[in-house]
Amino acid sequence: MKFKVNNEEVYASTGGRPFDKNKPLIIFVHGSGLTHMTWVLQTRYFAFHGYSVLALDLPGHGLSGGKSLKSIEEMADWISNVIDAVGYKEASLVGHSQGCLVTVECASRYQDKIKTLSLIGGAGAIPMNPELLSLAENSDPKAVDLMMDWAHGPAGHFGGHPVPGLYHINTGGMLAKSRTIKDTLGVDFRACDNYKNGFEAAKKIKIPTLSILATDDKMCPVKEGKKLADLIDGSKVDIIDNCGHMMLLEEADRVLAVLKKFITTNYPPKT
Amino acid sequence: MSDKKKGLHPHTYKFDTLSLHAGYQPHKNAGSRQVPIYQTTSYLFDDVDHAAALFNLERGGHIYSRISNPTVGVLEERVASLEGGTAALATSSGMAAIFLTVMTLCESGDHLVVSSQLYGGTVNLFRLTLPKFGIKTTFVKPRDTEGFKKAIQKNTKCIFGELVGNPGNELMNMPEVAKIAHDAGIPLIIDATYQTPYLCKPIEHGADIVVHSLTKWMAGHGSSMAGILVEGGKFDWMQNDKFPTMTKPYEGYHGLSFAEEFGPTAFTMKARAEGMRDFGPCLSPQNAWNVLQGIETLSVRMKKHCSNAEEMVKYLLGHESVAWVSHPSVPDHPDHELAKKLLPNGRGSMIAFGIKGGKDAGVAFINNVKLASHLANVGDTRTLVIHPASGTHSQMDEATLKFAGLSHDMIRLSVGIEDIDDIKNDFEIGFRAARKPRLVSNQ
Amino acid sequence: MTKLKNPETIALHGGDYRSDPATTAVAVPLYRTTSYQFNSTEHAANLFALKEFGNIYTRIMNPTNDVLEKRVAALESGLACVSVGSGQAASTFAIVNICSSGDNFISSTDLYGGTVNLFTHTLKKLGIECRYADPADPKNFEKLIDEKTRCFYAETLPNPYLRVFPIQEVADIGRKHNIPLIMDNTASPVICKPIEHGAAVVVHSLTKFIGGHGTVIGGCLVDGGNFDWTADPKRQPNFNEPDASYGGAIWGQVVPQLTGANVTFAVRARVCLLRDLGAPLAPDNAWGIIQGLETVPLRMKQHCSNAEKVVNYLSKHKNVDRVIYPTLHEGEIADRSKKYFKGGNGALVGIELKGGVEAGKKFIEALKMFYHVANIGDARSLAIHPATTTHSQLTEEELLSAGVTPGYVRLSIGIEHPDDIIADLEQALGASGKPSLKAVS
Repeated sequence: MKFKVNNEEVYASTGGRPFDKNKPLIIFVHGSGLTHMTWVLQTRYFAFHGYSVLALDLPGHGLSGGKSLKSIEEMADWISNVIDAVGYKEASLVGHSQGCLVTVECASRYQDKIKTLSLIGGAGAIPMNPELLSLAENSDPKAVDLMMDWAHGPAGHFGGHPVPGLYHINTGGMLAKSRTIKDTLGVDFRACDNYKNGFEAAKKIKIPTLSILATDDKMCPVKEGKKLADLIDGSKVDIIDNCGHMMLLEEADRVLAVLKKFITTNYPPKT
Repeated sequence: MSDKKKGLHPHTYKFDTLSLHAGYQPHKNAGSRQVPIYQTTSYLFDDVDHAAALFNLERGGHIYSRISNPTVGVLEERVASLEGGTAALATSSGMAAIFLTVMTLCESGDHLVVSSQLYGGTVNLFRLTLPKFGIKTTFVKPRDTEGFKKAIQKNTKCIFGELVGNPGNELMNMPEVAKIAHDAGIPLIIDATYQTPYLCKPIEHGADIVVHSLTKWMAGHGSSMAGILVEGGKFDWMQNDKFPTMTKPYEGYHGLSFAEEFGPTAFTMKARAEGMRDFGPCLSPQNAWNVLQGIETLSVRMKKHCSNAEEMVKYLLGHESVAWVSHPSVPDHPDHELAKKLLPNGRGSMIAFGIKGGKDAGVAFINNVKLASHLANVGDTRTLVIHPASGTHSQMDEATLKFAGLSHDMIRLSVGIEDIDDIKNDFEIGFRAARKPRLVSNQ
Repeated sequence: MTKLKNPETIALHGGDYRSDPATTAVAVPLYRTTSYQFNSTEHAANLFALKEFGNIYTRIMNPTNDVLEKRVAALESGLACVSVGSGQAASTFAIVNICSSGDNFISSTDLYGGTVNLFTHTLKKLGIECRYADPADPKNFEKLIDEKTRCFYAETLPNPYLRVFPIQEVADIGRKHNIPLIMDNTASPVICKPIEHGAAVVVHSLTKFIGGHGTVIGGCLVDGGNFDWTADPKRQPNFNEPDASYGGAIWGQVVPQLTGANVTFAVRARVCLLRDLGAPLAPDNAWGIIQGLETVPLRMKQHCSNAEKVVNYLSKHKNVDRVIYPTLHEGEIADRSKKYFKGGNGALVGIELKGGVEAGKKFIEALKMFYHVANIGDARSLAIHPATTTHSQLTEEELLSAGVTPGYVRLSIGIEHPDDIIADLEQALGASGKPSLKAVS
């Protein structure tokens, strides 16, 4: 569906079901340079089982209008504005990679608004390789190829997506190339690189939090993910083996199973 | 991709590796190194929710082998990876792949722009069968790049062509035609059966959907029928209102919009969820496995096919019984330069040549070669010959025959991977008989 | 061999296959090949021009498939048969072999959900209109005929009502107007032969009872050879107008001349539709189905007798609101099962559970031996809850008009020992009646 935030059009997938304001809201925030489509195999389950779902396209990404936001802090405020814009007072957040930085910052800024936090392939900081950053800021498609290479674990490089016939390493690459690389990936990478407040923000979070990490994640390794999780009171950690950073594509079903248990327990659906 | 340059380079797997590994992970299949054959029709549901989730496309998985199958799925991912595509759907033949592609894009009242140099079966589909469903076609000669632009109408839904037209070896200027299609807001569909991704990946040159008869070079062994469609993932279905079935809520699936929900894999998702579900031309798991065996040796076979073909071109060019030779490797072939650019790894193993003495000589040649098999296929590991005017294209009326660029003296040759000397020796026997047609008995 | 009458014998010997001509092997060889060597250029030209019949290319014909095709034709009392890649492909071919854009056909409302999708949504896009007639009264078919109506379509034993279709009555109406009746006989091979009751064409999903093992997907079209495609040329243009894709052949004339038999429908489906739409059955799958076919008469007996025992058991159970079975209908509709079925009333049983959708879910999840899969006609017993699975893509309105209520469960009774089947149903019905202990999401 489409709606407006700060006078710019925003696109969000509602997971194949009509948006229903009477159901609890879950917001999914994608990673650098990607779009709502990375969430297909997580969102549709929740939409069919008692939740309202918004898998967002960040400004300037996917089908959303406007320009890409330049800092993680701006994105965090923007998520809060999204919740207001769709007429809700609260929501659960799910983030992947850069989306984890955004949702951590958002949860620390809007403590009454955010009810649970799920961090998939997250870390307290995501410093960028300077060469990769420069390739992305120059719209070199190699930046996407490098990201897809590093983001997939050894097993993920050979495919094996649960949707028959879908080859996810190319699908991810195509998503990241769907708009001008420097305006999406370039801006996002710079925002990640600049963001230093992750660990401080984490200390303020008092809501149920889940971290899903993967053994072969080179971008946000398990060690880094745990460091962040340790700062959040009572947070849970789940580790997926044989899997890289793109776990929502590489191990879609296992990610969904963990997410399902955590969210339905801590933020029950409305039936 | 060269790793010699300084700096970072992605280490995604290369063609030869993908052709052995892509789409399959032993750790998810009891450790079995080779792909298992899932010879089953149905799949057990864990519980009622699991079943509903699969039917609602909430999660991936298998319901019924007409729609998808794990063995067939490995083949689909493997070909998608080799073509640089986002997703693929395998079918029970190459014709079924073309039919499903057209049916996913078009409905009654729509129009297509199609290259005129095509496999005879494809010509029949576009020229005579699709009009029965209200879908009309304008044919354009493959070298007439501007002609593709002129033929586009308001209701045109795609441009379709074979990269190297059969049987005249005429090339379509794919990058230019892709641009014409994209300027008109429609996708370009390329049948790359004759090239395989080893010779050319059409998606890299602007094609949006690639179709294959896997029966041919991809499998190589001539034991199984199979086809596939591969999606490039770049085409924006929402840029205009030409593809309502991709962009508008689809009543068959709870008001799902395929383009919004699946983006770069929307076309394949739709082809599977609707076309395969309803028309049902599914690939059998056994055939999928057979094709996978063929793809394991695709690179080594294609190298030999191409080197044998170039040897045969030289041999034929110098032969007294040969009137003309058509192959993109011949320097005065009109598409020689374009072929170098689009087919850098080899120009393919299809050769057409004219035999001196016309139709009678052609018949005598075909009836006397012993090693080369006379049959209605191409791309076998074995060398194949046919005389189109009396074989594959014999269902065509005179006008269509001429339009397809055929002549009575033309022999079509699909060069195999036998020893080159044995192929040449066999041809000598055929040519000798053709020079003295009356002295050799026609069995 | 004299014409065989008994299905047990046809299943093993039907058609003209005695042994492999090349080796004399008795078992049917598996010809896993795409192409066939031509003897000469003349031979090739004759094959392509249909001057003689022979193998050209496996997309169009294959010797292994040929054995299957002839055997199924014999089993169904037809003259010829064309095998295709799935039952859906068979339904598609049956319609588009007769209809073009602008034409319509009339289908029974009692249909498999996949066929409803094909007819209602997908064929519409090809400009072919499906009109639906309630088979309760055969006259409903006649009311919908206009000059563009090309054929009738129905299932012999359709889910979910399991009302046996009035084959003869509707075939007779069709013949008055030169309209052929196509019967999908997937659910009732051996026990019903629609061609003997006037159907012109029979289609099968061979995946189901004829295969029986649940290992391969396949379908076929059987040409009854009993319909005059040339009687009214305007009614059947595909068989009476020159086909430019075959040098202007008029199929209704060429085929009988060439073959000496009225197999026009089958030949056109093979040489035009398999050629262009390309949905061939893999020879491996044909071979797999031949193995199943050998025992289908024996299996059908056991399927039917087991189903009858299950029906008797369920009819007395307190947690079951209603049992649906061909013989349990009222009056004329129950009589149809007597008229059309011989040797049993099929393996399909419907039940409506007390307690609606929740009872249905609990029942399905409590089953231990029955498989929860989207299939019918396996040798194993199968169960499914259509409201949440096979019919979940239909709108609520379509769902109800398809007769699917929230508590409806479809059973396909297998050939296990009947005591074990009933024991599994017994414990699952116990579970379905228990009150819910936890909140259900």
